[in-house]
Amino acid sequence: MAQVAVPRATRPRRLLPGVRRAVEPIREARGFAKAMLWAGAGITGFFILIAIIAPLISPYGFDQYQADGKRFPQLAPPSHEHLWGTTVQSVDVMSRVIYGTQTELKVVILSLAFSLLIGVPVGLISGYFGGPLDRALVLIMDALFAFPYLLLAIVIAFLLSSTVGSSVVVAAIAITVVYIPQYFRVVRNHVVSVREESYVEAARAIGAKPFTIMRKYVFFNVVQNVPVIATLNAADAVGTLAALGFLGYGIQPSEGAEWGYDIQRAVSDTASGIWWTGLFPGFALVLLVTGLTLLGEGLNETINPVLRRRKIVKFELGSTEGEAEAGAISEAD
Amino acid sequence: MSGHGTSLRRYALTRLALVLPMVFILLTMVFLLMRVAPGDPISASLGGRVPPAVVKQIRHQLGFDKPLYTQYWNYLWDTIRGNFGTTITDRLPITEIIRVNGAATLELTIAAMFVAITVGVIVGLVCGRYRDTPIDATGRLYGIVIYAVPPFFLGLLAQLIFGVWLGWLPVSDRASPIVQATLQTHTNLFLIDTLIDRQWYAFWDCVKHLILPATTLGLVISGIFVRLIRVNVIRTLRDDYVEAARARGIDEHTVVFSHAFRNALVPVITIVGLQMALLLGGAILTETTFNWPGIGKELVNYLQNRDYAAVQGIIIVFALVVVAVSVVIDFVNALIDPRIRY
Repeated sequence: MAQVAVPRATRPRRLLPGVRRAVEPIREARGFAKAMLWAGAGITGFFILIAIIAPLISPYGFDQYQADGKRFPQLAPPSHEHLWGTTVQSVDVMSRVIYGTQTELKVVILSLAFSLLIGVPVGLISGYFGGPLDRALVLIMDALFAFPYLLLAIVIAFLLSSTVGSSVVVAAIAITVVYIPQYFRVVRNHVVSVREESYVEAARAIGAKPFTIMRKYVFFNVVQNVPVIATLNAADAVGTLAALGFLGYGIQPSEGAEWGYDIQRAVSDTASGIWWTGLFPGFALVLLVTGLTLLGEGLNETINPVLRRRKIVKFELGSTEGEAEAGAISEAD
Repeated sequence: MSGHGTSLRRYALTRLALVLPMVFILLTMVFLLMRVAPGDPISASLGGRVPPAVVKQIRHQLGFDKPLYTQYWNYLWDTIRGNFGTTITDRLPITEIIRVNGAATLELTIAAMFVAITVGVIVGLVCGRYRDTPIDATGRLYGIVIYAVPPFFLGLLAQLIFGVWLGWLPVSDRASPIVQATLQTHTNLFLIDTLIDRQWYAFWDCVKHLILPATTLGLVISGIFVRLIRVNVIRTLRDDYVEAARARGIDEHTVVFSHAFRNALVPVITIVGLQMALLLGGAILTETTFNWPGIGKELVNYLQNRDYAAVQGIIIVFALVVVAVSVVIDFVNALIDPRIRY
C-alpha cells in the first residue's frame, strides 16, 4: 500500500474529493466482493452495449414477420435463417431478445429517474422539517411499503392502462410507485440523524437558509447509500417489468419487444415441446437481473463499511503481513 | 418493572393498536386508487354488452350512485364487518372467492415455504460454516441467480423438463379432472380433504400436481433465506459464547452444530414474515403459470375482465393478510425474545 501513498501526493489536491472517496473502496475490493463487482459490471455493460447497437446486430425488426414479401415460418426451430427460431407470429426470436434489451433498460432508467427525483427530495424535506407532514408521509410510505410490491405495480398499471394506455412511460410509472418508499425511507431516516450534527447546527447558526443547508450540508451526506439501492432496485425493476409483461400489463407488443410478454406467449408453446420461444428471452432476463444484482451486491459490500472486508487477517504466529496490510489501508482512509 | 406476563400483554396490545392506523391508511389508499381513478368501473367491467338501464340498476345496487364520502363510509364499515364486496361480472361475494381459491393459494404457499426453508437453511448453513471457500461462493451465487429468476420462467423450465420432456409430473391445475369431480371438499385444502376421506390415489394425484408449482415458488424465495441465514451463521460463529465453547475444548463439529446453528436459525421466523409480500407476489405469477386456481389467478382473471369491485376486494384481502402476518410474527418474536418490548 506504500506505493499508493506516493502518487497521491503528486495528484492535484481537492480535485473532486467526494468522487475519490467513493472510488477508493472499489479499488480496494477483495475476494468475492471484487468478483461480484466486476462480473456484475461486465454483464450490465454487455447488455447496455447490446441495447445501443441493437439495430446493427439484430437480424430483423422486433415485430418483423416477413422479408422480401415472403412470410417467415411459424414456430420454426432454430436454423440458419433464424438462429433462435421463430414465434407463433413468425417473428424472429433473436431479434425480439436483442430489441428487448432496449425496452428493459429504457423502462429501468426511466423508473429509477422518476423514483429518485421524487423519493430523494421528499425524504430530504420530510426528514429535515419533521412535524405532522413528516409523520403523515412516514405512515403513507410505510403502508405502501407493506403492500405486496408486485400487486401495487399491477394495480397501478391496470388503472393507467384503462385510462392512458400502456407504454414505456406507463410501465415506468407503475414501477416507480413501488420504489419511491424505499428512497424516501433511507434518505429521510438518514436526514433525521444528520440534522442534529454539529456542522448542520453551525450552518444554521451562521444564518443559512433551510434549503441551502439541505443542498450544501445534508444532501451529500445522505446520498451515499442511494447508488447501492438504485442498482439493486434496477435489478428488481427488470423483474417487475417482466412480471407486468407476463400478466399483460407491460409494453404493447407493437411498441417494443419485452421478454416477460414473450415468456407469457411461450408458456402455451411448451406443451408441445417448443422450447426456443421461451428459453432465450428467459435466459436474457435472468442474466440481466443477475448482472445488476451482482453489481449492486458488489457495490454494497465494498462501500458499506459494516460488510466491507479488505483482506482476511489471519492471526498466525510469524505472519504479520495481513495485519500490516489492513493497518495501512485504514490509515489511508 | 412488572412481571413478564403483563409486559408481554402490553406489547401485544400496543402492537395491535399500531396496526389500526396502518389498516386504515391501506383501506383508504385502495379506495382512492379504485374509486377516484377516472373512468366508470361498471361500464368498464360490463362493456357494451348490457343496456344502460341495467347498468344504472347495478350501479344503484352497488351504491356507486351515492356521493363519494357515503361510498367511502359504507366501504370502511363493510370491510370492518368482513364484507369485502361482490364481484361485478359474476356477482360472487369476495368472501366466497377467499374460501375456495384462498385455500388453493394457502396450500401452494405453505408447500412453497416448506421448500424455501429446507433449501435455504441447508445452503445458508453450509455457506456460513465454510465462509470464503469455493463452497460458499457457489452457494452465494446460487442465492443471487435463483433470486434473479422470475417464478414464471422457472415454472416454464420446470414444465418443459419435468412435464413435457420427462413426462413425470402434471403441469397445470390442482388435480386431474376425474379426481376433482369425485373429491369431497371439507376444507378446500385438497391434500387434507383427500386424507380425511382416505382417498390415497386422489391424495397422490394432488401431491403430484403440487410438486412443480410449490418447488418453483419455493426455490425463488429460497435465495433470500440463503443470504440471511449465511450472514447469521457468520455472525453467530463470531459470538463470545461460541468462542467460549471452543475454548472449553469442545470439538468444532459440536460447536458449530449445537451452539452456533441453533441460534442462527432463530431469525428464520422473522424472514418468513418479511417474505410474505414476496411470497404473495410470487404466488400470483406461479398460479398464472401453472393454471393453479388460487386467489392470484382469480385476481388476474378479474383484472382482465376489468372488474373493479373484485380487484378491490382481493387487494384488500392481500393487504390485510400481509399486515396480519407481520403482527403475528412480531408477537411470536416477542414471545421468544424477552428483550423485544415497548
